[in-house]
Amino acid sequence: MRQRLLTINKLSVTFGGLHALKDLDFHVDEGEIVSVIGPNGAGKTTFFNMISGMVTPTSGDIIFKGESLLGLDPNQVTAAGIARTFQNVRLFANMTILENVMVAQHCRTRQGIWGALLQTRSFKQEEREIREHAELVLSFFGTRLVGYRLDQPAAVLSYANRRRLEIARAMATRPTVILLDEPVAGMNPKESAALTQLIGELRSDWGFTIVMIEHDMSVVRDVSDRVVVLDHGETIAQGSYEEVSTNPDVIEAYLGRPAKESA
Amino acid sequence: MSAVFVEPHTPENLPARRLLDQDWRRLLNYGVLLALVLVFVALTNMPVKLDRRMLIEPIFSMGYLSVFWLPAVFGLLVCREPVLAGMPSYAKGRREVLAGAMVGLIGGAGLSVLTVLLDNFDLRDPLVNWSPQLLDLLSFGRGSTFGFAIWLPIGLALGTLGGLTHVLSTTARRVLGWAFVTVVAFAVFETVIIDLSEGFASLGAERVVDEIYFIRGGLTMHGAAILAVCGGLFAAFGRDQAQRAKAQFQALEGTSRTRANAMGLLACGVALVVLPLFLGGITNELLANVGLFVLLALGLNIVVGLAGILDLGYVAFFAIGGYTAGILTTTNRGESWPDWMPDFYWGTALIFVVILAALAGLFIGAPVIRMRGDYLAIVTLGFGEIIRLLFLSDWLGGYTGAAQGVTNIPGVQVFGLATVKGTDPRAVFYLVLFFCAIAIYVSWRLERSRLGRAWMAIREDESVAEAMGINTVNAKLMAFVVGAVLASFSGAILAAKVGSVFPNSFIILVSIVILVVVIVGGMGNIVGVIVGSVVLIGILGGPRQPGLLQEFSEYKLLIYGVLLVWMMLKRPEGLVPNVRRTRELHQEEYLQDAWLRGEIDTDADSHADGGTDAEPGVLPT
Ligand SMILES: Nc1ncnc2c1ncn2[C@@H]1O[C@H](COP(=O)(O)OP(=O)(O)OP(=O)(O)O)[C@@H](O)[C@H]1O
Ligand SMILES: [Mg+2]
Repeated sequence: MRQRLLTINKLSVTFGGLHALKDLDFHVDEGEIVSVIGPNGAGKTTFFNMISGMVTPTSGDIIFKGESLLGLDPNQVTAAGIARTFQNVRLFANMTILENVMVAQHCRTRQGIWGALLQTRSFKQEEREIREHAELVLSFFGTRLVGYRLDQPAAVLSYANRRRLEIARAMATRPTVILLDEPVAGMNPKESAALTQLIGELRSDWGFTIVMIEHDMSVVRDVSDRVVVLDHGETIAQGSYEEVSTNPDVIEAYLGRPAKESA
Repeated sequence: MSAVFVEPHTPENLPARRLLDQDWRRLLNYGVLLALVLVFVALTNMPVKLDRRMLIEPIFSMGYLSVFWLPAVFGLLVCREPVLAGMPSYAKGRREVLAGAMVGLIGGAGLSVLTVLLDNFDLRDPLVNWSPQLLDLLSFGRGSTFGFAIWLPIGLALGTLGGLTHVLSTTARRVLGWAFVTVVAFAVFETVIIDLSEGFASLGAERVVDEIYFIRGGLTMHGAAILAVCGGLFAAFGRDQAQRAKAQFQALEGTSRTRANAMGLLACGVALVVLPLFLGGITNELLANVGLFVLLALGLNIVVGLAGILDLGYVAFFAIGGYTAGILTTTNRGESWPDWMPDFYWGTALIFVVILAALAGLFIGAPVIRMRGDYLAIVTLGFGEIIRLLFLSDWLGGYTGAAQGVTNIPGVQVFGLATVKGTDPRAVFYLVLFFCAIAIYVSWRLERSRLGRAWMAIREDESVAEAMGINTVNAKLMAFVVGAVLASFSGAILAAKVGSVFPNSFIILVSIVILVVVIVGGMGNIVGVIVGSVVLIGILGGPRQPGLLQEFSEYKLLIYGVLLVWMMLKRPEGLVPNVRRTRELHQEEYLQDAWLRGEIDTDADSHADGGTDAEPGVLPT
């Protein structure tokens, strides 16, 4: 039995009367890849926002490695080991690609004002390590984000490369769990197949546990161990891809209720 | 940002338009606007006040300059069109000259009418500057009929001049422009240049200067002519070489670039240390004032430029530095001071100044830092005022002397060798220079550190920065504290320099002026901030400090305001912009440029498999 990393109990949130999430139960084990799917507006992104501390739940609890994440600021959640990407890519567009990834290591590094002013040996050492780690993370995506690109602003990147850089930035925080919000959205089939493979490597080579929101069913099918289906803020099904994809409730949620047979 | 707007005179591949093919409406708009601006400038009394400062003796005063430049500039602008790179544009010809002339004429008519009105009505009641002196100036002392008649041809001539600049060849334009700028610059910088020449008297500089300048101020006629020729000659021959040198410098790479930079820096440093020895009191005083503001602006630059916190109460830390240093070093005894109250040396007091400023930064910062944008600006504005009122209040008045302030502050003892105080502006300047060097070093190092990157990220997107593991509250507090300490240095030096501190040295206006300096100079750029201080504080003057153009002191704020509005519209990134901010403000243009250079990457299919989109000729390292 693998170790339980993240447990979510009876989590609810309301936005002024709208129940974005209702009594949600959820868990992730170490080394798992879990996909969260559901129709638009089901509350998937809200679910991520909740875990990463950007939205406060109205009730329920989030337990990560045995400790509650409730009441922590987003930066504390990241420091605890949960990193995320954003559905609507939110890079630091005017910082360079290298800086985007370097800045993400903030919570894993210590040097402050004095180190920088006195140029202490430990400061220089740390800067070097930050840079090396950044380049290591970026080279995970081949040569796309390294070389002459390192010093270009993130704004010049293509859409797909921005998504990759978002993942790199999340990786750079040295997390245990990465939350990916629609990582292949906007990519062509070839690119998304390549990224799907990389997501597998994130687990096998880097040892990350992954929770992924995705609309592209081929990606979901190819990498996930388990699929959780949300609709109207509630879990309506859970299990392997095969189980879920044949579940009538899920089909109903996606396709709508079949017209009642008229009497 | 050159891809979209390039200067006029790119290849002209369309013939000039016909003379009467004018955009009459635009012409009228510009003309009326010019008339209004001219009347406004006249009614601010600027021409009369500035008339006392002669530029070229005896024909041309700064008062006339303040009016004359406007028709020329409007005449130039009326036909200025954005030229799109790669797009055809019209050749310039008589049409442009005519347009300029018309605009100038309408503008001149504005002053004509004003002259007549001045003579026949007395509107002194609402318009305080409605005076006989103004009439006298506008009619060149020959009665309103003459005034009425003369402004039409003057406007016409100046407008035509503006329009003509379109037609001249680039070289001719450059030569004339440089000639003009040289004359005006030498006239404006008269004090400094005379001051300098006295320092270099042994080289015979004084004799040259005596030749150029009139005894009671202003250039002599032949002096102006000489300068114009020199400026023109430089534009014709020297400028190419200067540009070649610049291009050479920019072509340098790697270590040789670094070395060239270091050499340049060293040269600047040596010049700053050596030059004051040759400068007189006035110029050194001016430099010291500029230095105080450089220090302040560098501090605020960390807060606003790097961390993106719009702090409008920055003067609070300046005040805290001034008062702490003042109280701890003064030889006076405040009413409610305990017996053990020390008379520290300035250097010892500085330790307490730093500690107190840092604490104040924390205490003021902690509550406001959680706010964002406008709210933060307003709350800091309040805090800035609160601190000043505290120093003024009865409660602290026993310590701070309330409105009487703290006086008899002895100055700075340097190892018991000498005392630096206001009577020796050169020594004060060196003191300021030392602290400026510290501030520059601090800004430079911090920007390139973990903390600096965190500030950048916060400025770009605070909630994402937070989600990426940056403790935004801590990082922003750090910026606040570093800024506070730098400002307190400036305050402490001010106390030693002036020998006293008063609450009204620390009015809200100081915060605003520093902010304007940072914005105009170029937010987030050390060189920009220094340039901003030199230009604004050195030339126009600070809130209470006179600048080079002392005559302008009354119009300082007006000019600050106009400059700020103009900068926001035309060059929001400042005089010497920070690369990142430029990208931020001109992202679309930047991306277009990058696209033209082929730097934008695309999701071509070839990328999808291996990802080998290395630029041709550039090897990924
Ligand atoms: N901050 C907010 N304030 C108010 N309502 C919100 C907020 N965030 C999300 N919602 C609402 O909550 C519901 C769930 O939104 P969410 O973004 O989580 O959906 P999603 O499942 O991610 O959808 P998609 O597949 O389109 O990304 C939506 O109805 C949305 O309008
Ligand atoms: Mg979503």
